[in-house]
Amino acid sequence: MENSIQSVPQNWYLLLSTFMFCIGVMGVLLRRNAIIILMCIELMLNAVNLLLVSYSSYAGNAEGQVFVFFIMVVAAAEVAVGLALLVSIYRNVASTDIDILNRMKW
Amino acid sequence: MVISQIIFYMLAAFTLLSALFVVFSKNPIYSVLWLILCFFSIAGHFVMLNAQFLAVVHIIVYSGAIMVLFLFTVMLLNLNSETEPHKPTLLKFAAVLSGGALFLIIIAAVRSTMPVPYVAPQLSEVGYVKNIGMKLYRDYTLPFEVASILFLSAMIGSVVLAKKERFN
Repeated sequence: MENSIQSVPQNWYLLLSTFMFCIGVMGVLLRRNAIIILMCIELMLNAVNLLLVSYSSYAGNAEGQVFVFFIMVVAAAEVAVGLALLVSIYRNVASTDIDILNRMKW
Repeated sequence: MVISQIIFYMLAAFTLLSALFVVFSKNPIYSVLWLILCFFSIAGHFVMLNAQFLAVVHIIVYSGAIMVLFLFTVMLLNLNSETEPHKPTLLKFAAVLSGGALFLIIIAAVRSTMPVPYVAPQLSEVGYVKNIGMKLYRDYTLPFEVASILFLSAMIGSVVLAKKERFN
């Protein structure tokens, strides 16, 4: 089976990852549960990953895929620290609603 | 229509639908499960783009490690009941509107960019393990080692943050 580089234009991947990124932004703005917000951040990171891989494959340059590898590393570390923070917050205020945590607002 | 275009359309529709269900499903457990499906379809996109190494790493890291961590936390915090209070309707409307506006702005900004030209097929084998490994261990050795230090500090930080404070 031929790969999609020959027959699918690169603009389609650009459109797809832009739409995915905007869904992630919308989720961050829409939801109040902190876990869902972390998941939407993962969605945005994956949209950027997809765009980097498509550019790297179309241009024949491997450095984009190395960058995607490092983005995955940073995302894994971010999720570990973020979920630990969330567990610690839940232990103190017994909720993951981000509108409760307004003590540092002013 | 070529078969790879059909596969692209199916994968893209699946990705976008599961991403929308992540945002709009009420129960956090369902959100996590839809996000796992979304990551699998992105791995399918990577396979279609000839990035086999990244597809395998994506499945292992995201669907294997990160989503298990999310699911474990959702179940640990007992959030599987639909108890989340929702934002007022005006704020929801504003959030959807600003997401759509951002989409329009990005599309308008990238519409005039030049499309990337196709390369010869022997050059498009950049996603194979051999080429990625060459690049990673020859040109990016220092960032690779710094990434391990980042993992170590993230591990220590999460253990310190999630530990109960018993001594005071």
